Amino acid sequence: MTALLAVEDLSLGFATEAGFASVLDRVSLSVERGRVVGLVGESGCGKTTLARAILGVLPRDQARITGGRVWFRGTDLLTADPAVVNRTVRGRAITFVPQDPFTSFNPLFTVGEQVMEILKWKSPRAAALPAGRGWLPAVVSRYPADRRRADVDAVLELLDAVQLPRPDQLLRKYPHELSGGQRQRLMIAMALLPGPDLVIADEPTTALDVTIQAQVLGLIRRLASERNVAVLLTTHDLGAAYEICDAVAVMYAGQDVESAPVDRFFANPAHPYTKKLLASLPRADGSAGGIPGEVPGLIAPPGGCRFHPRCERAAGPCFEARPPVEPLESGHWVRCYHPHREAP
Amino acid sequence: MRRLEMIVSRLAWFVPTLAGLVVIVFLISNVIPTDPVRVLLGENATPAQVEAMRIQLGYDQPLWVQLARHFRDILTGNLGTSIYTQRPISEDLAQRLPATLELTLVAITLSIALGIPLGVISALRRNSFWDHVVRVLSVSGLAIAAFWLAMLLQFLFAMKLGAAPLNSRIDGFGPTPVTGFMIVDSLLDWDMESFRSALSHIALPALTLALPAAATIVRFTRAGVLDVINSNHVLYQRAMGLPPGLIVWKYVLRNALTSTVTQIGLIFGVLVTNAVIVETVFDWPGIGTFAVQSILQSDHKAIIGFTIWIGALIVIVNLLVDILHSFIDPRGAR
Amino acid sequence: MTPGWRRGVGRFARDRAAALGVALLVVLVVAAIFAPILAPYPGDVADFHTANRLHAPDAANWLGTDRMGSDLLSRIVFGARITITIAVVAVGSAVVVGVPIGLLAGYYGGWPSNLLMRVSDIFLAVPQIVLAIAIAQTLGPSIENVILALSITYWPFWARLVFAETRSLKNEVFIESAIALGASPWRVMVLHVLPNIASAIIVRTSIGMGGTILTAAALGFLGLGAPPPTPEWGRMIAESREFLPEAWWYATAPGIAIFVVVMGFNLVGDGLRDFLDPRIRRGAGGHGAGSRGAGAK
Repeated sequence: MTALLAVEDLSLGFATEAGFASVLDRVSLSVERGRVVGLVGESGCGKTTLARAILGVLPRDQARITGGRVWFRGTDLLTADPAVVNRTVRGRAITFVPQDPFTSFNPLFTVGEQVMEILKWKSPRAAALPAGRGWLPAVVSRYPADRRRADVDAVLELLDAVQLPRPDQLLRKYPHELSGGQRQRLMIAMALLPGPDLVIADEPTTALDVTIQAQVLGLIRRLASERNVAVLLTTHDLGAAYEICDAVAVMYAGQDVESAPVDRFFANPAHPYTKKLLASLPRADGSAGGIPGEVPGLIAPPGGCRFHPRCERAAGPCFEARPPVEPLESGHWVRCYHPHREAP
Repeated sequence: MRRLEMIVSRLAWFVPTLAGLVVIVFLISNVIPTDPVRVLLGENATPAQVEAMRIQLGYDQPLWVQLARHFRDILTGNLGTSIYTQRPISEDLAQRLPATLELTLVAITLSIALGIPLGVISALRRNSFWDHVVRVLSVSGLAIAAFWLAMLLQFLFAMKLGAAPLNSRIDGFGPTPVTGFMIVDSLLDWDMESFRSALSHIALPALTLALPAAATIVRFTRAGVLDVINSNHVLYQRAMGLPPGLIVWKYVLRNALTSTVTQIGLIFGVLVTNAVIVETVFDWPGIGTFAVQSILQSDHKAIIGFTIWIGALIVIVNLLVDILHSFIDPRGAR
Repeated sequence: MTPGWRRGVGRFARDRAAALGVALLVVLVVAAIFAPILAPYPGDVADFHTANRLHAPDAANWLGTDRMGSDLLSRIVFGARITITIAVVAVGSAVVVGVPIGLLAGYYGGWPSNLLMRVSDIFLAVPQIVLAIAIAQTLGPSIENVILALSITYWPFWARLVFAETRSLKNEVFIESAIALGASPWRVMVLHVLPNIASAIIVRTSIGMGGTILTAAALGFLGLGAPPPTPEWGRMIAESREFLPEAWWYATAPGIAIFVVVMGFNLVGDGLRDFLDPRIRRGAGGHGAGSRGAGAK
């Protein structure tokens, strides 16, 4: 089964005052149709950058892609015509749920206006719109009345599905008049309205209260299954990954280190980093471990496997060359010269 | 409702603010070592004449009595008589106010029409050649003395090139005064000759005022746009593939303008300040020239009257700007 | 110096605009200090040579002569002294008066502070020059009175600024802990609050000097500054008016002098702002819509 999304050896970096930061180093990742994949890692490991790279919204002047491809439905998004990608992929086939729903809404417009703006351009009922030249056609283009009505119906139906009460009143409000949970549900609805194949959710619950987090995650899982939509969920919360993901991939300091179906991931972590990560989760008796050392800087990162300074198994090739992919059982692979092997 | 509250509370402060202004100006003019009566009567007055005039003008009363009378006078609109024109000061000011307002409004319109697009484009093409040119020009615009710029433009366009009239507001008698704005009145009259004359006469003064104001607007708009461009909601719209032109001209602009609108109140204050001086250069018959002539005549009462009027004008404008702002930004941050 | 500082200084040094500003200010200061040496005809500040009046720039008078026949270049160079004096004293006294008032009002709060701030608001409701005109006109034309008028109308700006900053800082944790640890109000204000607002004050001081020079020049133009023969730049421009368009040099030179000096202060102020504190950008229009996008994660 060819994957819906396949990131292949993607490398990119940011130009900073202090030098060139290698933020992603030959990262690979794949997402199958209709599956929920969790991308896990500490802050700064590159997962948000990867998400933005797939979407194609990196900061233009600073970010430089130095290699790799992003395959989506057979096309490399990095080399395709940007205008075509903007029209057909972004907001249509691939949609986005941001981390902070408050600042992701424009504070000067009602949420209803912003939802309808998305639908005006990205509704599944829209015929392929002619490409606007320059800015004039975009701003003054028409919204056909009959399609608008159908779109409004779709919005109300989906708002019901995300359990937002009294949608017609809600849409008339401004973003600052809604609660965090309401805003994020709205974001999820907006991500599903265009009928995408893939939703990229960047730490969608980090900015929410703990009590709401579980609800929102559950919502994402349920809707994704119902609509057969794939989800790429970045998070630093392993618990969230466990709850709703079909597969989990781990990143460390800009490198991909392990990927496995969720059960195998939690039962038999192979990479030393993953194992330590899981061990550092607070246990029922209140104890919690940690990982000695610090995440390395990315301007002069460690050579080879970037985890080697903190790894007790590091030896030989770990310092020189990045470990190749070693496939383990049933869809589980790891990049490590000395992975933990499960007891026979 | 919050908007109404804001308006009411601002109006409530309007009165004490003006009252405070009156007190301050009164105190200023009474801390003087110079004797206003002497000034009025001239050097050759005898002590008896000075004393008589002093009693007549009420300068012999204690300070708070004078202040109370001062307030009474102001509230009845009596600001005294101008030495220069021998007419009630409030009449003089009222007659000249439309000229200043017209000039200021045209100047603000020009500066906005110039400043906002330049600011937006400068931000979008950040660090490009044009961006640098615009930034240099806008920094320069803030360093030029307004009166000097007025003389410069006058020199270049009126004296050397003859492209614009040298001074005053219009040739001939002008249109029938309805609004006091000659541009509007001449259109109402369908008096095309007056219309053209009014336009050509307002060109240089308005340009003088508009250029430094435009410089400020460019800076604020540029900063505002840059700020918004990096915001999360713009990122979201880009990630969802909305047309870039739409994002900029419908959303970014609106957000950037919110902060620019706040500055317009500030800019208006600067414009009026400069108008006072620029009017004299162009012989523009507004309250600015009145103030300057009063200065030359040492006409204290006229200057006090002028200060109070300008203060009231600016407070009103700031209130209007804040009201406008509350419509644009629903958050009611202010 | 911490590494952050070092990088900042490097940034400032490489900021060509700021460097230009510094250069311009150095020229101003040098001209002011060494005026008697630099001016070709130092006596022309007071003397006049009517035979020589209104000569175009030539080898003898690089910038031409004015209506009294005095050498413009010399008068401008001496005028630099007046300009610097006015700027430094007026802004300096406004800061020295306004900052402590703002600190005290912001720290102690209560009705006296609010009253004080309302009074400041009244001053700020009117453009500085309008009040300054009233004051200067009342007091009579002289440099001292110009400085007085400018400082009286300027201190409320600083009081308000420092008041707002102090008030918001008071809610910060480190201030609360300092107070809890028993620090006296003096200590808190001087050792904790002041350093934090220092960068805002410094930046605005530089820009304020530029603005003050423009206002002072305007007052001079209106005849409210020092009486002749003091070589005040604004007054020189006013004098030149009746001789336009023939004696173009008479109006040009002092105008350019003002421009150059104000540019210097503005550029330095901008450079200081970028260097000292990128946070200051919120400035007067704090309506930035939304926070910055996520960095590399």
